[in-house]
Amino acid sequence: MEKAEKVMVKGTEAIGEAAVRAGCRLYFGYPITPQSELTEYMARRLPEVNGTFLQAESEVAVSNMIYGAASTGKRVMTSTSSPGFSLMQEGVSYIAGAELPCVFVNVVRGGPGLGDIQPAQSDYFQATKGGGHGDYKLIVYGPESLQEAVELTIRAFDVADKYRIPVLLLTDGLLGQMMEPVKFPGFKNLNTLPDHSDWALTGTKMQREPHRVTSFDLDPVKLEKMNIQRHEKYKTIVKEEKLFEEYKLNDAEVVLVAYGTMGRIVKSVVDTAREKGVKAGVFRPISLWPFPYEELGRYTENAKLFFTVEMSFGQMVEDVRLAVNGKKPVEFYGRTGGVVPTPGEVLAKLMELV
Amino acid sequence: MAYAERFKAPTSLSEKEFTYCPGCSHGIVHRLIAEVIDELEIQGKTIMVAPVGCSVFAYEFFDVDGTVAAHGRAPAVATGIKRASPDNVVFTYQGDGDLAAIGTAEIIHAANRGERITTIFINNAIYGMTGGQMAPTTLLGMKTTTSPYGRRENIEGYPIHVSEVLKELSGVAFLARTKVTTPQDVIKTKKYIKKAFYAQLNNIGFGLVEVLSTCPTNWGLTPIESMKWLEDNMVKEFPLGVYVDKVGDVR
Repeated sequence: MEKAEKVMVKGTEAIGEAAVRAGCRLYFGYPITPQSELTEYMARRLPEVNGTFLQAESEVAVSNMIYGAASTGKRVMTSTSSPGFSLMQEGVSYIAGAELPCVFVNVVRGGPGLGDIQPAQSDYFQATKGGGHGDYKLIVYGPESLQEAVELTIRAFDVADKYRIPVLLLTDGLLGQMMEPVKFPGFKNLNTLPDHSDWALTGTKMQREPHRVTSFDLDPVKLEKMNIQRHEKYKTIVKEEKLFEEYKLNDAEVVLVAYGTMGRIVKSVVDTAREKGVKAGVFRPISLWPFPYEELGRYTENAKLFFTVEMSFGQMVEDVRLAVNGKKPVEFYGRTGGVVPTPGEVLAKLMELV
Repeated sequence: MAYAERFKAPTSLSEKEFTYCPGCSHGIVHRLIAEVIDELEIQGKTIMVAPVGCSVFAYEFFDVDGTVAAHGRAPAVATGIKRASPDNVVFTYQGDGDLAAIGTAEIIHAANRGERITTIFINNAIYGMTGGQMAPTTLLGMKTTTSPYGRRENIEGYPIHVSEVLKELSGVAFLARTKVTTPQDVIKTKKYIKKAFYAQLNNIGFGLVEVLSTCPTNWGLTPIESMKWLEDNMVKEFPLGVYVDKVGDVR
């Protein structure tokens, strides 16, 4: 896989290889279905590139190990699935508070609780609205294909470094378990990775004042200042880092909104609907935070109806309603518990609505 | 060594004044750690992981790079740091609520992995910063704000013996329980701390020093009474001594 040629890979392994190529040499993880192959891939792969793999005692420990490793300024990641990501939330909040760059992958499965191991999108709220305590944000990406997962994994490390923010790749068991041809980019030269020597914990070498990485200040006025600074950064991210795809929207009267696996499925729904004379298109947010509110909202001028489809009881639909801002109706269709809506049933629902 | 030389402030301590109560052992132990770091000449490569609790500001008292872990997670954070940069010296500073309650899993697994980190464990048998609640190490019969009738074995269970639990783990290279109530104890404790760092520096394994400590404020005793209470009660429950030593002689 040295050359940039297409190879057939499994989703979880594609993400692992992309991370290695992005310069990630540290992985801390804990097995959980349906993403254990990613953990296993890193266990095999990282020693080949002089990297470090460690299976932790729990997901709570994982996220705190990520905190520690990220505080040295090096590229580090973990992956998990829904119940595991819930356990990691303690660390996520601290990492966000301490503004440390790192990458999380959540291969979402049906919940709540133990749920099942089938694909779902029911962690959207946790991912985009904060699953841990406090006022913070993660950059969240929802890929629709393995090629996009590879590209977003690499982007995740870059934006994490750029903004000193944890980035989450939010995918699901369907993408994680499927195989597709993927074109990998070359390996990033580790010497060209961003320099974090101005804040990272590397030891003073008796040549500078100590660095202190923390998420706290007991003085409320100072903590508020820290939080305000962080939110100024979030504002920049909202301005600069929105990603989305528009599919057949030029003349669309119905805008289907979906992300990840569902975004991919509704494209074929739109193709069939158009054959039936329904002018439909797809707006697919790729960055779930920052959510492309304005970009989606522009379609309220020409479209008659917005139709959100999710593998949940409806979570992103709340963001769609914010974007639409009451100007047009927003309908919803979803399946939960690990059931993936078929193009046929989404189409049937769409035909009912128009 | 001249008096002035012996008692000058260690270079590894910062200028910041300690925020601890009178009679609390944190100050003595901080100084001992700093002296050891100075003597081992590792200040420039040491990274500290401070805990949650009274010593949450410990990272400000040491003139080394540092961070603060969530309650109990210092061994996991330290593991992340050490695995990311093995050439640094990483130590955690943890209390009994931190290490022996919420962080039990993290300390056991870091120790069992033989993680090349050093842990200084302050056991004062009570939760200090939150205002004197029962700790896992609280003695039977001991009154705290959450064991107002005294700790009862049939309700609250027994005090946990961390060193005795950890000594069974193969990854542990140095483990000792000590106190700092007399000058002799202070000298001995410093030697133990040095050995715990040696376990890391010489790549032997995990090192931990448990220091029986006083909490006059929450015990409701004067500093002198606290020392005596520790001698009379804690030492019986938590026997002093070296539990594991794979380090050998250290000067």
